[in-house]
Amino acid sequence: MTELSKIRNFSIVAHIDHGKSTLADRLIQETGTVQDRDMKEQLLDAMDIERERGITIKANTVRIDYTADDGEDYVLNLIDTPGHVDFAYEVSRSMRAVEGSLLVVDSTQGVEAQTLANVYQAIDADHELVPVFNKIDLPASDIDRVAEQVEDVIGIDASGAIPVSAKTGQGIHEVLEAIVKTLPAPKGTRDAPLKAMLVDSWYDAYLGVIVLVRIIDGVLKKGDRIKMMSNGSIHPVDRIGVFRPQMQAIDELGPGEIGFLTASIKQVRDTRVGDTITTEKKGADTPLPGFKPSQPVVFCGLFPVDNAEFEDLRDAIEKLALNDASFSFEMETSAALGFGFRCGFLGLLHLEVIRDRIEREYDIELITTAPSVIYHVYMRDGSMIELHNPADMPDLTHVDHLEEPRIKATILVPDDYLGDVLKLCQDRRGIQLDLTYAGSRAMVVYDLPLNEVVFDFYDRLKSVTKGYASFDYQMTGYRQDHLVKMQILVNDEPVDALSTMVHRDRAEQRGRAMCEKLKDLIPRHMFKIPIQAAIGGRIIARETLAALRKDVTAKCYGGDATRKRKLLDKQKAGKKKMRQFGKVDIPQEAFISALKMDG
Amino acid sequence: MDALAEDWRNGGFGLYIHWPFCQAKCPYCDFNSHVVCQIDQARWKAAYIQEIDRFAEETPGRILNTMFFGGGTPSLMDPDVVGAIIEKVRQSWPTSNDFEITLEANPSSVEAARFAAYRDAGVNRVSVGVQALNNNDLKRLGRLHSKDEAIKAIEIAKKSFERVSFDLMYGRQDQSAASWSSELTWAIDLAADHLSLYQLTIEDGTAFGDRYKIGRLRGLPDEDLSVHLFEITQEICDKAGLHAYEVSNHAKSDAESRHNLIYWKYGDYIGIGPGAHGRLTLNGNRFATETFKSPFQWLSQVEGGQMESRTVLSLADQAAEYLMMSLRLTEGISINRYNKMTGQKLDSHQIDFLRSENLINIDQDRLCTTDRGRLVLNSVIETLMPSLELFDNSQLTT
Ligand SMILES: Nc1nc2c(ncn2[C@@H]2O[C@H](COP(=O)(O)OP(=O)(O)O)[C@@H](O)[C@H]2O)c(=O)[nH]1
Ligand SMILES: C[S@@+](CC[C@H](N)C(=O)[O-])C[C@H]1O[C@@H](n2cnc3c(N)ncnc32)[C@H](O)[C@@H]1O
Ligand code: SF4
Ligand SMILES: [Mg+2]
Repeated sequence: MTELSKIRNFSIVAHIDHGKSTLADRLIQETGTVQDRDMKEQLLDAMDIERERGITIKANTVRIDYTADDGEDYVLNLIDTPGHVDFAYEVSRSMRAVEGSLLVVDSTQGVEAQTLANVYQAIDADHELVPVFNKIDLPASDIDRVAEQVEDVIGIDASGAIPVSAKTGQGIHEVLEAIVKTLPAPKGTRDAPLKAMLVDSWYDAYLGVIVLVRIIDGVLKKGDRIKMMSNGSIHPVDRIGVFRPQMQAIDELGPGEIGFLTASIKQVRDTRVGDTITTEKKGADTPLPGFKPSQPVVFCGLFPVDNAEFEDLRDAIEKLALNDASFSFEMETSAALGFGFRCGFLGLLHLEVIRDRIEREYDIELITTAPSVIYHVYMRDGSMIELHNPADMPDLTHVDHLEEPRIKATILVPDDYLGDVLKLCQDRRGIQLDLTYAGSRAMVVYDLPLNEVVFDFYDRLKSVTKGYASFDYQMTGYRQDHLVKMQILVNDEPVDALSTMVHRDRAEQRGRAMCEKLKDLIPRHMFKIPIQAAIGGRIIARETLAALRKDVTAKCYGGDATRKRKLLDKQKAGKKKMRQFGKVDIPQEAFISALKMDG
Repeated sequence: MDALAEDWRNGGFGLYIHWPFCQAKCPYCDFNSHVVCQIDQARWKAAYIQEIDRFAEETPGRILNTMFFGGGTPSLMDPDVVGAIIEKVRQSWPTSNDFEITLEANPSSVEAARFAAYRDAGVNRVSVGVQALNNNDLKRLGRLHSKDEAIKAIEIAKKSFERVSFDLMYGRQDQSAASWSSELTWAIDLAADHLSLYQLTIEDGTAFGDRYKIGRLRGLPDEDLSVHLFEITQEICDKAGLHAYEVSNHAKSDAESRHNLIYWKYGDYIGIGPGAHGRLTLNGNRFATETFKSPFQWLSQVEGGQMESRTVLSLADQAAEYLMMSLRLTEGISINRYNKMTGQKLDSHQIDFLRSENLINIDQDRLCTTDRGRLVLNSVIETLMPSLELFDNSQLTT
């Protein structure tokens, strides 16, 4: 157990790719926490997907021992948080467990949208901030400009900023010293009843559920019987430890310390992030102020390409959900796609990560349907229905009005691309709230319908700004608008998986775009296929996919049988991967691609 | 013996001999054909004869209906090699009364000069690779002969053989419907009682294929023109009494290529020579046979006494092959035969659908494509082709 004055708890906030993980690696290495020979890049990014995409998805923790220039031994606890907007919630809860943050800004890039979003969370959590300007080894590095931006845009003093290169190690020592000198030590009382904050929890195949805790008051010891204050459940603690970054068992955790416990807890769902943990006997009376639980905001259907794999999919989803309380699912049946699951995610990246993991770790090929948000459908009888799936839209005669979720989006973009960004936001039904400049870059704030953003907004933004824009958002609330359900009919049959909610004023344009897209995506058949968009019973757009006119092999003799047969088999196998609607085969990628808007 | 062991009799029994050499490689051609400076004809003769012996031992007493020298360019074979092979064949199997012996020939003057010798060696039918009846197109197709040589070769062929056919390719670069229709009309005047009329296909791995991929093979017909050319071809030939009996083959009645009919009626055939394929029913199993493709590998493999590769065809394989081959014929397939052969029935939903779309007709036991269906034959076959799973549990033991 460590004396409070010798503990420093901190996190690192940064825009994606500004070097958060690399800096964490250097801190770990410089302090000898990990032997050089065990050093691999991005130590804290444990999942394959994290390493591969170079993004941090889950918060990770490491305890670092550091002997400072003043000769004292300190314990530094670092929580590495995700940088992506989808995981803002993970960031916020991790922030509450520490007293300070390193604000990392790539000195070749400057402040970006996620820098802002994350730094505001740190300020919300009353953090002391140490600005760190990274990548000074690069010729494009411009520390003065970044310092100016930090002061102008964020409004904090940048005079103490530390220039570093997480790549070469330059400045790392100074960072360690600043952590010790600038960041406050945690407060807490050793003799008080135990109050531990449940920061995170996840499932481990060997140890069961592992709970990450920050001790506020009191002492947590092996063998304690702990109580979850939210529901009163009691668990005997069988293991206590810290991460360095591997797990290391210790006997107790005192105030200010961060570590883990295991207590034969079966499911991650039995642990509520933000809960207060105390002891069964002589426990605390009042819990710590809690977090709001994370809520999925984006929904889509996941269906196995091969219907026979439905049970495997269920299994995979259940396993993933064990470790990810923010992801929700329920069974869905689609006339078009058979049995699958309607899943809820924190955002699109979260969706992609889960989908990738199912395909990769469980080897199940998936059809993903159009992402949708939650609409509030107000019925004439005064009740309200949460609509997760356009296919479930109630009969219009009973509906009074609809509300959709809105967001406040912050976009930072070089001046040159501002026009394109404004147009994009305008096209997506955005309402401009603010437009200011930070140097040669504009900061635009828009009120947008989430529905217009979940699908391909970020891709479009990247493409119209050649990757120079950064983007972040937060949910603001619900607002009424004229929203309708648009159906797509292929060969006169409605395809439920292609139904979408659209704004009435955009319906014709959307419908036309979707019909045109589908016309390209669906292979020609032996007959002509009408593709229509409809609202209620009314057709608002129509395309016709012409019939295949010629598909015949000119020459086929005895020597050709084997080869031609293989070709046919291949074609047939390709068809099997498509979905049949009546007599029409629709390729699986069509369900997503049909929605992509080019303009 | 059960039905399966005898199924091949519905198609007959033929022998295919592949000669893998040509004077030059045509830019559209993906056949197993090679250009070499010297050919040891005696060595090749010995190899063919040895192979005939080997197959004859496995099929004693079977009546052989046809044989076919294909290529490559078999009109580069010495007539005495052709003669020796035919003699060996006649010694090895009993042959039917109407035993057909076809040789594929190119229409250069040198080759036409050998036609009489081939006739004397026993060949009774030739198929001449004319391809086009104008010099400009012949040149673009990389052919070594001229229009006049082709016409002369046809004349000589008609004098030398009882039965003569020739091949034309259409859908060529910059070919209009009008020019094809007059070229075809002229070809019919020159023709005896059989014509093979192929739409030019751009095959992967050929010079045309490579040029096409990089966008440098221009002037090919679009789908509409391609359909139009096919329809014109049917019309003109029908008027002349040369009805299509197969997608690309036209003949007066009884003048069909009996050898090729064995393929399309899914009979048995032996394939000898480099890259030759066969279908052979032995002890109730239907085998797909395939030889080494490289001419010299094949030669040394035969000389070393090695056998070609053989794969047993499952019921699903046979069902698919039967559909694939026989639906090419105007007469179509026999539903009864299909059911007996595979132990499975054709999917009635798919049949109803294809009928409702006017793509197939059913007349008692026969299921055949309509004119419309023939144009999208591959899709029709694919629709009728059973899923492999259907067969998994029902593989009949023979
Ligand atoms: N040249 C240079 N590259 C760096 C430095 N720090 C990080 N990088 C690179 O920047 C990219 C993003 O770094 P990473 O640590 O994954 O960023 P994160 O997304 O904030 O975790 C990686 O390719 C790093 O190798 C630095 O100081 N100098
Ligand atoms: C096996 S080839 C050999 C015949 C002979 N060597 C010749 O070239 O005349 C038989 C016929 O197939 C046709 N053929 C070859 N390649 C073709 C292609 N790519 N597209 C359409 N027909 C083709 C030609 O009409 C050719 O006469
Ligand atoms: S088309 Fe005939 S002559 Fe030309 S390469 Fe092919 S087989 Fe040989
Ligand atoms: Mg990272």
